[in-house]
Amino acid sequence: MRFFEDIEIGQRREVGSFTFTADGIKKFASQFDPQRFHLDEEEGRKSLFGGLAASGWHVGSVCMKLLVTDGQRLAREALARGEPVAAWGPSPGFRELRWIKPVLAGDTVSFASEVESLRVSEKRPEWGILQVRNTGTNQRGELVFSILATAFVQRRNAGA
Amino acid sequence: MTLTFEDFPPGHFGSFGPRRVTREEILAFAAEFDPQPMHLDEAAASRSMLKGLSASGWHLCSIMMRMMFDACIGQTASLGSPGVNEVRWLAPLRPGDDLTLDIEVVEARVSRSRPETGIVTFKVTARNAAGQALCEWVSPIIAARRAATAVEQAG
Repeated sequence: MRFFEDIEIGQRREVGSFTFTADGIKKFASQFDPQRFHLDEEEGRKSLFGGLAASGWHVGSVCMKLLVTDGQRLAREALARGEPVAAWGPSPGFRELRWIKPVLAGDTVSFASEVESLRVSEKRPEWGILQVRNTGTNQRGELVFSILATAFVQRRNAGA
Repeated sequence: MTLTFEDFPPGHFGSFGPRRVTREEILAFAAEFDPQPMHLDEAAASRSMLKGLSASGWHLCSIMMRMMFDACIGQTASLGSPGVNEVRWLAPLRPGDDLTLDIEVVEARVSRSRPETGIVTFKVTARNAAGQALCEWVSPIIAARRAATAVEQAG
């Protein structure tokens, strides 16, 4: 993981793709969002979505999964090169989450992350605060998901 | 009894819960969707900014969605949601916490592009048993208006 000082506005990273299966959509929905269009193909077809659609919270959680997994891969690679790895802190939240188009059973969504803003935390000066725009694009090239997320990232001289 | 746009005037809608969140649930969600050590590993979590094992913020939001469903969305002629204006993760959700949910309607207006529907914007707050706010979100849903629902049922 890069330190705050190594990050620049506009940096973009592809974080991976995920295929939403009918079973996966129904499993998440039955636990967290059992609205009829997330649980049943026919109900999905009759809805505004036009098919069995993933819960928006499922799409957001998958975006998180790919961000974390890709970040951990980058950290392992940096460690293998003998480089220090920065810690990621918790996130204080996000804004502007848009479910732009439905994610239907069988869709493959590719996620990317782009840096929008950077500042040093006033309360915790050993940490930087990063805003990133994370987006999801389906196999037809249509933007389906967008979110402006905030995260704490360690500064290079933290604790020094 | 189906709830429609008209059932959500601005103001306090209700308080719901409690809903206990177990360590096993926290670990299972984190393993699938947010495998950061602070959500998976007791020792690593104690060294993190949150000083102890805590649930993924996405897990907390997903549980809040389920509590919203049980409180009202499940009985509402809802057509889905375009997104979430803002989520604030204010304090960590810990294993064994009992969550309550406060639901407030901050705005209700008829849709200009689809006047048979309305847009209801909720502010939802999850609290632990001590009353501490853990997460707050502001998000709209699209709900059918009563007249449109009546036509559909008659037809």
